[in-house]
Amino acid sequence: MKRRKLDLAQVPANIGKGADDRYQVATPLRALLNKVFPDHWSFLLGEIALFSFIVLLLSGVFLTLFFDPSMREVTYDGPYTALRGVEMSAAYESSLRLSFEVRGGLFMRQMHHWAALLFMASIVVHMARVFFTGAFRKPREANWTIGIILFLLGFFAGFTGYSLPDDGLSGTGLRIASAIMLSIPVVGTWLSAAVFGGEYPGELIIGRFYIAHVLLIPGGLLALISVHLGLVFKQKHTQWPGPMRTNDNVVGERMFPRYALKQGGFFMAVFGTVALLAGLFQINPIWLFGPYLASAVSSASQPDWYVMFMDGLVRLMPAWQIDFPIGDGYVLPPLFWPAVVGLGALFTLPMLYPTIEARRLKDTKSHHILQRPRDAPERTGVGAMAFTFFMIATISGANDVIADKFHISLNAMTWAGRIGLVILPPLAYVISVRICLGLQQHDREVLAHGVETGIIRRLPDGRFEEVHQPLGPVDEHGHPLPLDYAGWVVPKKMNRVGALGPAIKGFFFPIEKPAEAPVSPAVPPVSGSTREEIISGR
Amino acid sequence: MTSDTPAGRRFRVFNRRRSAPSRARRRVGAAVRMLAALALAGGVYTAFAPGAFAQDDKQLSTAAQEGQALFNNSCITCHGPQAQGVEGRGPSLVGVGSAAVEFQVGTGRMPMTRQEAQAEQKRPVFDETQTKQLGQYIQELGGGPQIPAGSLTQDIKQNPEALANGGELFRLNCAQCHGNVGAGGALSSGKFAPSLHDPSPQQIYGAMLTGPQNMPVFGDNELTPEQKTEIITYITQQIQDDKDPGGLFNLGGYGPATEGLAIFVVGITILVFASLWIAGKS
Repeated sequence: MKRRKLDLAQVPANIGKGADDRYQVATPLRALLNKVFPDHWSFLLGEIALFSFIVLLLSGVFLTLFFDPSMREVTYDGPYTALRGVEMSAAYESSLRLSFEVRGGLFMRQMHHWAALLFMASIVVHMARVFFTGAFRKPREANWTIGIILFLLGFFAGFTGYSLPDDGLSGTGLRIASAIMLSIPVVGTWLSAAVFGGEYPGELIIGRFYIAHVLLIPGGLLALISVHLGLVFKQKHTQWPGPMRTNDNVVGERMFPRYALKQGGFFMAVFGTVALLAGLFQINPIWLFGPYLASAVSSASQPDWYVMFMDGLVRLMPAWQIDFPIGDGYVLPPLFWPAVVGLGALFTLPMLYPTIEARRLKDTKSHHILQRPRDAPERTGVGAMAFTFFMIATISGANDVIADKFHISLNAMTWAGRIGLVILPPLAYVISVRICLGLQQHDREVLAHGVETGIIRRLPDGRFEEVHQPLGPVDEHGHPLPLDYAGWVVPKKMNRVGALGPAIKGFFFPIEKPAEAPVSPAVPPVSGSTREEIISGR
Repeated sequence: MTSDTPAGRRFRVFNRRRSAPSRARRRVGAAVRMLAALALAGGVYTAFAPGAFAQDDKQLSTAAQEGQALFNNSCITCHGPQAQGVEGRGPSLVGVGSAAVEFQVGTGRMPMTRQEAQAEQKRPVFDETQTKQLGQYIQELGGGPQIPAGSLTQDIKQNPEALANGGELFRLNCAQCHGNVGAGGALSSGKFAPSLHDPSPQQIYGAMLTGPQNMPVFGDNELTPEQKTEIITYITQQIQDDKDPGGLFNLGGYGPATEGLAIFVVGITILVFASLWIAGKS
């Protein structure tokens, strides 16, 4: 009998053939693996959010194995002596147990929290990239809106998670949330009673927030992230302008193997960074905060950073209470304006921005090529304005810590925030528009006259002028022919000329010989032998 | 009025005094009663009220005399001669006790550099003996609370609940201003609650007892001496002793503010460089 010989080299081909015979996947898979993604570092910022979401899911599943979402009163008798014998809820007790008794539990808890902060941070950074480059324009308005809803969902996922351990800090946050609900006219009391199952804090809220935090909100996030990525896939990624890149093509790398390998590596980088943060930096030391008591509130109680802007707006709001003398009298507390109206506006206005901009510019075309921020000065100005507003609000959310550590009066901080919130955003708009216009002008100037070389030439009639290196062809007098702006980087220094050519392989050292630098016919190359020494003449 | 029984005689005597006091007798009686009442009121007053010149004949101890000399050199400008205070500059020190002096001078808060919202802690101007002498002077001048001698912390081995009790009391009474982690916090108009990472048990006890700067007084009615020592046990063993689990850096214990800063300064920075690196490899 002839023995079958296993040919190792044939194994992948055989498996592939077997799979295709059964499932007919070769054609769609080839299209998928050959899909081209443009390559630029700023396109990886959204991936940080995706990958930290995966870290969140993995570490979150671990935490659910040990967490008890119950407000049952228990007495702690674990290894942490400073709380032994203290009455607390089962949720807080199991969080302590998770931190001190479960092997690796504290690390996983810190990883989950750091990944949450990173998730929100990368969403904001990614959103800034999309905004300032005009990637939200037609046909991607829907994806922009989905992105904002993702931030909102992340906001609520973060807040519910912050509340779950039932420590002193999370209870304080919950109290503020209940106050915000109560501030809504007419429905406030009903809303708060519905959420808390009666008067705050009740005995249900941890269980309700738990199911929202581990099922409802992550489900929504997962669904929307799928749609978000699906739309990127369907509509294709935007790309920067550059050689051979048009509005109708995508220049980049194939999905397989390069892009997939890079993404795999980047996932490892994100995972590693989160683990590094979790291992080096303590986050949310709930054992020091104690169990939640309505009577015990710590100074410097703040929400996590992505909620801090709201806390800051609340801190800056003057105490303007409106009384309605109807019936027994109704009150509209000042909290309503920053916390409900402010939050609503801060999420609604960005959603409408693509429509507003398209209508203002009467722009109905589809855009797949990105714009540099300087080429859309007004958009950049609006973005700088929004960013300044957000920063002032966020800093004001921690104004007590800043006032204390930098020895500033807290009252001065509050007034600086109030005045800054009104004055600085318009100022940021004006300044960034001027900077954009200046950068545009410099680009046009270099395209028209060439790059400044720093070489001063003296003309026969005694005048001095700087020698410019033309970027393109010259006319018969040696003057550069004007070049059109292509929407991409214009070299501003001599050593950047040719930087748009093919990249030289090798990260630390070039592993291939760079191409010969092009020689301009206008300026003969300067070499040591023909160069004359410049002397003062005496 | 003819019966001559003893009872009848007593009745007669009684009756006679009651029924027929002469005018002169009435006058004399009223004067005597008046004198007696005045003597009683004056006597009670002199017995209970402090003598107007009590300090004069009381001799200051040697330590207090040294303290008085220091006081007259360094403190008299704002607290006045006899430490009765100067309007608009410094409060009266009569009755603040040596506990207040030892806290304020021992932590360098007094003498104050300038008039401001709150005296800053700085390197003490007076050494330990001088501080004690100043304290002795103020103590002998007007009395007041004193820091008890002996250990001001509880031994956890003997009293294992002290730490947890101290923690609960700390979160209820101290954390409002000093923060759960004892990092300190801002109060209004430039006032602040200082960090609790430096002070000694004596200083913490003195602060609770006397309420220095903008701190409220936690007298022995609010927090018993035992509760005070439990709080000090929690502060020294849990907050000052940096045995926090959860990494090399606790980011100052300022809560989510520094955590939010860290995610951008460390996390986003690392990952932006990583993406520059990965995208650069083409």
